[in-house]
This record gives sequence, C-alpha cells and structure tokens, in this order.
Amino acid sequence: MSNIKNPYLPELATVLRVIEETPNIKSYHVVFNDPELMKSFRFEPGQVGQLSVFGVGESTFVINSPPTRMEYLQFSVMKAGEVTAAIHNLYPGDQVGIRAPLGNWFPYEQMKGRNILFIGGGIGLAPLRTLILFMLDNRADYKDITIIYGSRTPPDLCYKDELKEWEERSDVNLILTVDNEYPGWNKRTGFVPTVLKEVAPAPDNTVAITCGPPIMIKFVLEGLAQLKFKDEDIITTLEKRMKCGIGICGRCNIGSKYVCKDGPVFSLAQLKEMPDEV
Amino acid sequence: MSDTGYLPKEKIKDFLKELAKDAVVYAPCLEGDIVLFRPFSEERTLCLDRPANTPPKSVIYPQSETLFAFQYKKAPEDHQKMSVELKADIGVPNMVIFGARPCDAKGFRIYDRVFIETNTPDPYYRKRRENTLIVTLSCAAPSPGCFCVAVGGGPAHKEGSDVMMTELEGGYVIEPVTEKGRAILGKHVIEDGKPYLKDAQHVQAKAHDEVRNPFAPDELPKISQSLFNFDGFWEQVVGKCVSCGACTYLCPTCYCFNITDEQGIGSGERVRSWDACMFFHFTLEASGHNPRPTKFQRFKNRVGHKFIYYPEKYEGVIACCGCGRCIRYCPVNVDISEIVNYLKDTHQELHWASSRKEGTQPTVGSTKDE
Repeated sequence: MSNIKNPYLPELATVLRVIEETPNIKSYHVVFNDPELMKSFRFEPGQVGQLSVFGVGESTFVINSPPTRMEYLQFSVMKAGEVTAAIHNLYPGDQVGIRAPLGNWFPYEQMKGRNILFIGGGIGLAPLRTLILFMLDNRADYKDITIIYGSRTPPDLCYKDELKEWEERSDVNLILTVDNEYPGWNKRTGFVPTVLKEVAPAPDNTVAITCGPPIMIKFVLEGLAQLKFKDEDIITTLEKRMKCGIGICGRCNIGSKYVCKDGPVFSLAQLKEMPDEV
Repeated sequence: MSDTGYLPKEKIKDFLKELAKDAVVYAPCLEGDIVLFRPFSEERTLCLDRPANTPPKSVIYPQSETLFAFQYKKAPEDHQKMSVELKADIGVPNMVIFGARPCDAKGFRIYDRVFIETNTPDPYYRKRRENTLIVTLSCAAPSPGCFCVAVGGGPAHKEGSDVMMTELEGGYVIEPVTEKGRAILGKHVIEDGKPYLKDAQHVQAKAHDEVRNPFAPDELPKISQSLFNFDGFWEQVVGKCVSCGACTYLCPTCYCFNITDEQGIGSGERVRSWDACMFFHFTLEASGHNPRPTKFQRFKNRVGHKFIYYPEKYEGVIACCGCGRCIRYCPVNVDISEIVNYLKDTHQELHWASSRKEGTQPTVGSTKDE
C-alpha cells in the first residue's frame, strides 16, 4: 500500500507572504515544507489545489501564480465561509496543507498563434491571472492580448500592481471598469458585459476566456454569442463546492462530468452538452 | 472434493466460528425486529430469511472514518510558531461479509470502478475491499420492491461475490466464485456439494423468474432525454419527497461523502462521512449559490447518476442494483423503478409532451389505463 500515494493526505506547506488585495480578498504565497517537492512540483495553468487549515477544513482554489514562476504558489481567497475565514486569519510562517495539482487546465497549446481575449469580474481574475502571466512569459506564442476586467468599486480590483504593469505594457490591451462612478476613478464605468459590447472585440482567430460571478458569466456568454464568437472559442473555468478533489465524493458533478477532475476548465461547446446545473 | 461444497444447516454456527478464527465476520443479525450486519458472536441471532434492512456497505465503506490525524506542535526554535504533523493509518483486519445478497455484492462492484479502478485509487476503500471475503446468499424469493433482474442482476447474480450460497431444505450449497472464495471449501464443516448442485440451480432459476421486471436493462439506453430534462416531470413524480435521504443511506450503490475536520485542543482528525446528494446543503456554496437548489433537481441528479451519468462513464453499467430498499423504506413511497419506467416509456413521453403543449398538469401513471 505504501507505494500508492494517498490522495487525501495533503502536503505540508508554509505561508510566506500575505497580500491584502481588496477589503475581502487576500493572496497567499505558499511554499511546500519539503524543498525537494518544491523543486519537483509541476502544474499547468488553470489547475486547482485544495488548501487546508487543519482543524477547520479544506477549500479549492486555483493556483493563480503561473507555472513559469515557481518560487512559490499563490492562492487568492475571498472571505466567504468557514474555511476562507480561517485562511484570512493566517500569517506568514503559519502551516497549511496543499493537495495539488487537481483538475484540467487551459488549452494553451491550442491558443498559440491566436488573439486572446480575457474577460474577468472580481475574484474571477484569479484563474485568468495564471494564464495571463504564463502567456506574458511566453509572449511571442500569442497574438493580441486583450483583458477586460471589472469590479464593483476601484478598491475591489484584485492584483492592483499587476494591473498597473499591464496597463503600461504596449503588448497588452487592458480595459478596466467599475460598476458605478467613484471618486478619483477616471476610467470606464459599467458592468463587464456592457463594456464587452462597447469594446466589441472581433471574433476572428480569437479565443475568449472568462471567469467571474455566475450572473456576469451568463451575460458575457450572451455578449460573445452576439459578437459571433464560436462556442468552442469560449472558455470558462467553473467553481463548485468540492471535497475529495478526485472525482469521487459526488459534490461537484454536472451530469457525468466532475468539475474537480474533468474541469474546472470547460468550453461553452462542452457546457452546452451538460445539464444546466452550473 | 468437487468445486461445490455443502453446509448442513445445523453446522452454520460452527462454520461462522471457523471463519472468525482469522477474520472479523459480519453477518445479518436480528436487532429488535430489524436485521443489520453486525460482527457475529454466539450471543447474536443470525437472520438469513430476509435481506438485511441495511446493506453491508459500511463494512467496506464505513459511515464515518478517519482519513488522518493532525497534531499542532510548538516549534522548538521559535515558540511563536507551530508545526503540524499528519498521521494516516490504514490498518484493516481481515473481514468476512457473510450472508450478503447478490444485489449487495454487486453494489461493491459499482464502488470498485469509482474507488479503485481509477488513476487516483482510494487507499481506504481499497484496503478494506482487498481484506474482505464476500460470502453471498442467493435469494430464494424476491422481497417487496426488488427489481434486480431489470438492472442486470439477479437473485443468484455472482458479480462482486467471492462465494455464492444457495439455501436448500437441509443446508446451503456453496459455489466459489473467485480464487479467494475457493479457500472456503477447505473448512472442515464443508461437505461435498456436488449431489446438491442441480437442486440449487433449480432454486436459483425459480427465483429468477419470480422477480418483478418493471423494465428490461436493454431498454434503459432509450431513456427519454427530453422527459429527463423536463422540470415538470420531476415536480410530479417526486413532489412528495421529503428530502430525508434515507434512500441514499440504505443504498448499496450510493457513495457520496463529506470530509470534515474534528478539532480537539491542538490536535484532531480529518474525517470522511457518508453524505447525500438529496440534501440542500450538499452543493450549497459559501456565496449562497446552489447549483441544485430544489429537491427536484437533486432527485433528478440521483436518478441521473444511477441510470445515465454512471453508465456514460462505465460502459453502460447501471449504478443501481435493484435491491428495492429505497422503495421499501421510503417514508412517502417514492419508487425509483416507477420513475425510471416512465423515463424509458415513449408513450409517457408523448403524454408529457402533449400535456406541456396544452399547459395542463398530467397525472403520473394515468396513461397506461387510458
């Protein structure tokens, strides 16, 4: 038995750094306690991990640092329930558990040579961030990169330093929006799907990747359809309540697909084949 | 000795004692007026004349089990810091499930594909499964609600069993199914069963003919997707469901689970416990979003999992063994075989489709008599 990995047993890891992204979102830089594992650990952009606070429980988060930058793994956590509240109480040096990598990833090989359109809302930028940074680290492989990102208010925008960097880059077209007018905000206002219509990116040779609250995704998908994006060129990454992370416990299934194992990344073409239980 | 053994009825306790020498033997025992699988001992009353109220699934897949223990320790070099130690102990004794029914044994084969035959096998289930011998008793007559034949099983179906016993008037004919099961023929109370084999086969065939057959397994691929995806259908057929989840806890093929941490002072355990897709909280997310917020969607998922999703993943195998417990013990008489029967019946589909058009509510089950 001992030669078989126990999929329920997390690897121990230490919190290196805590970054306050927004009033209710913090990012965590985490390293495995075993330096050999830190060296050998591999994952693909879009894969997720189960983060444990022993005594409270586990929750699933995307590894939002890219596999091209392996000094640490980054998880961004919005305070919402018991486990995320416990994670928000962690400080540098605290011990956590990680089960990763789990699930599938963005089909970045098939995106080579194409224009990339990212559409994110709020914490939904986290899974996009891993792919954005991965693509920026392999910039020559991709054509135009456009990022439409919005949140409720300017303080709710995640990764503010990186947004500034992307804004300054000539090879990234970043479009930021917040829901309403806000003191000191001189960029766009309006919901993400509305801004998508205003920007109206061309669907030719373009892959759209979107993540955000369910209501935003719903209207973004409608918007992309109006812009004549094909279903197979629209990619999203789903979130579900998960426990085992290995396609057994029955919590995250949509029909015969398990979001933890067969997902979290699905194309709209795939989602249309599945029951409407997103 | 031939390939078949025979156990006279008066020697059954001796046989169990012999099995118990090197294994924990779980057998159906009477507790009050219900029958449960319990570690067998002299004081217990063995009850083999009807299927146990609960399947023996908890022997191999316990209702609650520790995945690992964790302990926080102060770091010696810095008393502000804590380290954590994890300890997973998968120690399992040899076990025997004695007197399982063929449906119960088949249930373990449903689990095997999910827990073992995957690229991330579950070491807890696997260890218990490997250490357990399953001695099955074929059913001489169906119980109310049984429909094993309709889902590809039968009262003497051997899938999942190591040994198949068939009851005759004076004893049990014992047929080994696996190599593991063959060892049982060496137990000294076992006599040569060859002279009784024909009688056993007769009992098995007779029972097979008596099981009710609400639908044939080869009809199931014809399940109507449009009816399955029609909300109004579910609202009608499971309107009375009270979401108690009893069907899932009694089901030999249900395996949904939860993982929780049980915290003590500075230490604790991560525990896996049975859960059920019939519960509202099962899929409730911290944000308040729930992908299956209504009992109709949850029941649809349960039926879908057994009759559509699981077969899609595992070469058409139906994840229902037809034991009938969910029907026998449902407090409001929801009948899964009846629901599946509607789903694969094209007349029903037409009936539902026409009623949808007219905007009226059809009454389930009314078409056949019309």
